[in-house]
Amino acid sequence: MIDSEPLLDVRELSVTFTRKGGPTVRAVDGVSFTVRPGETVGLVGESGSGKSVTSLAVMGLLPRRGVEVGGQVLFDGDDLLTLPRDRMRDIRGRDIAMVFQDPMSSLNPVVPIGVQVTEVLERHQDLSGDAARSAAAELLSRVGIPDPTRRLKEYPHQLSGGMRQRALIAMALACRPRVLIADEPTTALDVTIQAQIIELLKELVQDTGAALVMITHDLGIVAGLCDTVHVMYSGRIVESAGRRELFAQPRHPYTGGLLASVPRLDAPRGRPLHPIPGSPTDVLRWSRGCAFAPRCPNRIEPCTDGPPPLESIGGRSLRCLNPLAETEEVAAR
Amino acid sequence: MLKFVVRRLLLLVPILFGLSVLLFVWLRALPGGPAQALLGERATAESVARIEALYGLNDPWYVQYWKFLSAAVQLDFGNSARTNRPVTEEMVRTFPATFELAIAALIFAIGIGIPLGYYAARKYGSWLDNLSVSGSLLGVAVPVFFLAYILKYVFSVQLGWFPTQGRQDPRIDADHPTGLYVLDGIITGNLEASWDAIMHLVLPAIALGAIPLAIIVRITRASVLDVVHEDYVRTAEAKGLWERTITRRHVLRNALLPVVTVIGLQAGLLFSGAILTETVFAFDGVGRFIAEAISNRDYAVLQGFILVIAAMYVVVNLLVDVSYGLIDPRVRVR
Repeated sequence: MIDSEPLLDVRELSVTFTRKGGPTVRAVDGVSFTVRPGETVGLVGESGSGKSVTSLAVMGLLPRRGVEVGGQVLFDGDDLLTLPRDRMRDIRGRDIAMVFQDPMSSLNPVVPIGVQVTEVLERHQDLSGDAARSAAAELLSRVGIPDPTRRLKEYPHQLSGGMRQRALIAMALACRPRVLIADEPTTALDVTIQAQIIELLKELVQDTGAALVMITHDLGIVAGLCDTVHVMYSGRIVESAGRRELFAQPRHPYTGGLLASVPRLDAPRGRPLHPIPGSPTDVLRWSRGCAFAPRCPNRIEPCTDGPPPLESIGGRSLRCLNPLAETEEVAAR
Repeated sequence: MLKFVVRRLLLLVPILFGLSVLLFVWLRALPGGPAQALLGERATAESVARIEALYGLNDPWYVQYWKFLSAAVQLDFGNSARTNRPVTEEMVRTFPATFELAIAALIFAIGIGIPLGYYAARKYGSWLDNLSVSGSLLGVAVPVFFLAYILKYVFSVQLGWFPTQGRQDPRIDADHPTGLYVLDGIITGNLEASWDAIMHLVLPAIALGAIPLAIIVRITRASVLDVVHEDYVRTAEAKGLWERTITRRHVLRNALLPVVTVIGLQAGLLFSGAILTETVFAFDGVGRFIAEAISNRDYAVLQGFILVIAAMYVVVNLLVDVSYGLIDPRVRVR
């Protein structure tokens, strides 16, 4: 499965925000990754690492003014970045769908849930009237919303947060897309609901054969879900690896720091957490060397001379001049 | 819903009572009086006293108020001191005229305001946007009577496109079963009269609708600018919906909520604007009639008309609240 041709091929994607009278900000810088059919890919990083902007760029949802997008996003042999807008509208929602972070604000408050589900079916599948409504009820029950026929007539404020996210997932999967992008789909939800939603997503992508791009800052989600993981820092990928390799042996100090900062239940009581010191800077620092260098425990002299290249080392990609040693047990520090 | 409407209508009682007291006291505090106004500057003291006795104007104010109130609850507001006809009759004559004018002004303001505000927001920062923003500032800033005179001078007097005054060409023979002249023409099959009434409405409606138009443009623009950045609009885009659907269903339906409130408030204010507009265009409606009543200290007319206008204002706002519940499920009243 993993050896098949990529379905989505993102090449050297860059996104620059230009503001009148302000500095230009490069939010995404030369990001490349592929998504194969049925594969689950994790895009991990802190807030401001460019992961959400990457997903919006792939979907063609960035504002047209004040944003420059470079590189290529190949899907089915087409470069989505240069596709005419109407062609892109055909692909969005049908072939590539997206679930957003905040289910509270992602549903239109004055339109019944039913209409918001059926409108996708009407747009892409030529369903209408009763056929669309029964398909919508089917979808809602598929995502675990009880009493779907009644729910279709209700408005978003009558549903709980978890139910709303389920409804949004139903909308995203309505046309059986080949790629589903989930941008922090559980961040706004209670912890107990989070697990349910992740479980649901996992189940649904398995059933429909959709590839999943999971964007998150939560390594716990990645560990239980993703085949491949890309760790982003300040707009660039710093480490890419298979899930097992990455968790068993993180090589980039940033990945190591992320793993070490996850609270563990099996750790002795009272042991302090290990945060990564400092915070990511707003303006990208890659021009003056590794952007992570100021916070990095493994920093060496050449790190600040110039941006380190992304190199393939033993089946993974790594952007680091002084990676963590192969044997170093990070998680147990 | 019904309970809500009834409760709000009951609220009318204290509002109207309070207003009637205020109005009564305030009118009598004005210098001069109806007798003086009726008889003119050179009236003798005796004739003034005789008129005052005739109309009960010498009684203490609370006696006068009680007389007024007990008649008013039976919708009898007395006779106009100026025309000597029952105030209710004058209402039946003048209210439809102003109502028609207000509707025309609202059609003008809403019909242009909402699309203009929407496109200004979508073309944010473009010449259309700048024009609409500065134009709406001008619309609010220019006094109604000034605009009315300019419109009348340019389009009626100079260009001759529209009639200069009145509601209907006197040479047209038309029946008026409802008092709404445009509607009357349609009912009686006299389309020529309808068209003539419309032509008479155009300029007054523009003058009266200018301020509401400006406010509607601004509110629509600001509201659309807010809504297009909402997450649910992005969700709609992510679904690949047509721009048309996104605009109608996801942007406008939300963006128009505050606009509806503003339209309601403005609709209530149209009556005060009508005083100026109707005077300039010699449009025989409530505004012009009240203006004349003020200069004649016509107590009965002022009391009756202002109370009815206040009641209408409350009812219009009630309608706005009810319609708000219809378009926004979150505030649906129980």
